[in-house]
Amino acid sequence: MKKRKFGLLISTVVAAGAILAACGSDDDKDTSNNDTASDKGKEEAGGDFSLAMVTDVGGVDDKSFNQSAWEGIQEWGAENGLKKGEGGFDYLQSASDADYNSNLNNLIRRDFDLVFGVGYMMDDAISEIASENPDKMISIIDSTVDAPNVASILFKEQEGAFLAGVVAASMSESGKIGFVGGAEIPVIERFHAGFIEGAKAVNPDIEIQVKYTGVFDKPEQGKITANAMYSSGVDIIFHAAGATGNGVFSEAKERKAKNPDSNIWVIGVDADQYEEGRVDDKNNITLTSMLKGVGTAVKDVADRAKAGDFPGGETLVYGLAEDGVGLADSRGAIPEDVLKTVEDYKAKIASGEIKVSEKPAK
Amino acid sequence: MNSRVVNILVPVISIIIGLIVGAIVMLVSGYDPVQGYIALWEGIFGDSYSIGNTIRQITPYILAGLAVAFAFRTGLFNIGVEGQLLMGWLAAAWVGYAVDLPRIIHLPLALLAAAAAGAFWAFLVGFLKARFNVHEVISSIMLNYTALYVMNAIIKQITDGGYKTETVAETATLRWQWLRDITDNSSLHLGIIVALLMVLLMWFILEKTTRGYELKSVGFNHHASEYAGMSVKKNIILAMTISGVFAGLAGAMEALGTYQNASIKAAMSGIGFDGIAVALLGANTPLGVVFGASLFGSLKYGALNMPNAAGIPEEIVSIIIALIIFFVASGYIIRVVLEKMGKKKEAK
Repeated sequence: MKKRKFGLLISTVVAAGAILAACGSDDDKDTSNNDTASDKGKEEAGGDFSLAMVTDVGGVDDKSFNQSAWEGIQEWGAENGLKKGEGGFDYLQSASDADYNSNLNNLIRRDFDLVFGVGYMMDDAISEIASENPDKMISIIDSTVDAPNVASILFKEQEGAFLAGVVAASMSESGKIGFVGGAEIPVIERFHAGFIEGAKAVNPDIEIQVKYTGVFDKPEQGKITANAMYSSGVDIIFHAAGATGNGVFSEAKERKAKNPDSNIWVIGVDADQYEEGRVDDKNNITLTSMLKGVGTAVKDVADRAKAGDFPGGETLVYGLAEDGVGLADSRGAIPEDVLKTVEDYKAKIASGEIKVSEKPAK
Repeated sequence: MNSRVVNILVPVISIIIGLIVGAIVMLVSGYDPVQGYIALWEGIFGDSYSIGNTIRQITPYILAGLAVAFAFRTGLFNIGVEGQLLMGWLAAAWVGYAVDLPRIIHLPLALLAAAAAGAFWAFLVGFLKARFNVHEVISSIMLNYTALYVMNAIIKQITDGGYKTETVAETATLRWQWLRDITDNSSLHLGIIVALLMVLLMWFILEKTTRGYELKSVGFNHHASEYAGMSVKKNIILAMTISGVFAGLAGAMEALGTYQNASIKAAMSGIGFDGIAVALLGANTPLGVVFGASLFGSLKYGALNMPNAAGIPEEIVSIIIALIIFFVASGYIIRVVLEKMGKKKEAK
């Protein structure tokens, strides 16, 4: 009896080892990237300007919001000859909202010159840390924190979403389009409001289905929601749901793969999500993406901070006029005449002729 | 080998095995285990800031562990600690900002509100079990979801569409500037004292009162208890309610200490579920729960420093932490091996 138990122990350890070995190989490709991080301490700060960011719960590879911020930081680092790690640029991921405070603090302690908090949920943590470290430069994206050493970055999502609405309403064949949101918070409501106004501007009779999943990190919920919408005849869905939106893409791709002639599209969000929509060599269901220039804004603030002109205490708002939002290249999916309509509206919004609401009409 | 040595050796060896397997994982995936573990250690005990935050992390685990352990001792599996915790969180945050009272009344009132909310949520489970024989696992799991969405809906309602409640008043917060000062502005708060008092309370109820004896007795064998003249139904309801008090207070730790508000949650906090493991690690005794919570809380908080200081990705860190806990929890295997070795020596 006891012998058998000992055998069980051994087999457990062996099995665990085998499973773990398999896990390990997946991460091999990351290893090279992280070498610089583990070499920390060997490099001196050397007077260079360093920056870092804390992601929200979506993680740095959410294919949208956090990722664009991180890409902005990487590009800025490359342009300024920085390396990932100490004295260069780096990021920390938050697994839950309990981690924001510690992650921000860890980066501040590692003496990064400028620290970004990505996401509205970090406002409390940032205002606390900003007052404890008045000599540090901190920046928050998507929310405002009133402190002399915090630069707040906001976007006019409604203006970009308006254009997405124009495209969706012009391209829909069924006369039904959909919007999938994450949590019902001010940022996402701006997407929602702009999308509806844009769609109604070109087709007042269009039917728009709206669904908030309540979460940003649950692709399976995005998939269920998209399934319901497409099944009811919707042919174009605009999502503003972070990683939840990845489920919208997988549902659309499955439908397109089954029936390549169907008119099924997704409009991506935050970053250019063209790669997400790839079905096979011929088909791609990403119509376009509403770009939110998080990376541009991050680089902008970093430039100003390095030049000694850190916009602390200010709120920077990036809209169409500032090229802070816009639509991604559709790679031919959107016909010329629709693109022309989009350009018209874009000019009107940028000049202030059309004002887009920030909150959807109830 | 006598049993006392075995008792001490088992947890030590299981932690060491966990660390070794964790090291293998790091090696296989190309990271330096020594650096990784130094980062983990520093993340837990590195400086006063880390120690403060580690204790802060342990606090709700102690209470969640007590909640589960108390129910286990009376033969009930309270898997609804999570929901009771959320209700306590909401109640404490609401009382924390909505009423205006001197500190000496306000803070205890907010704690009481959390305890009452948690107790009510657990009472429902106990009542259903006692009255209609509904299994507590099913009803408490369902009430977890109910709690999550009730909490979200209420927060939305009382904040006019916002996603978090106002910050709790100065008179209701568990934070104490002195504690923050000595720990370099960590979020350590007075909650740890509340948690330790509750450890004492649970010990007292179970070991020193007639009621506690009855509760344990129902846990051992409810037929015998009934035959001996105890009311099984009454004891089931009471046990769940007390368990809910602990869970609700765990929520108050988050509301009045760590976060200072309640915000809309996309998912459960996970503390209640971890509480099950904490209780089992601690063999369902009050003191054991403190150790279990310390292990859980330290690993959980210290792990944050592994990506920070050693560049190990979060996914690998989660695997390592899970492995350490896995081996600690499977101490029985090690006990069997040790006893076998002991017997062999005796035979010689």
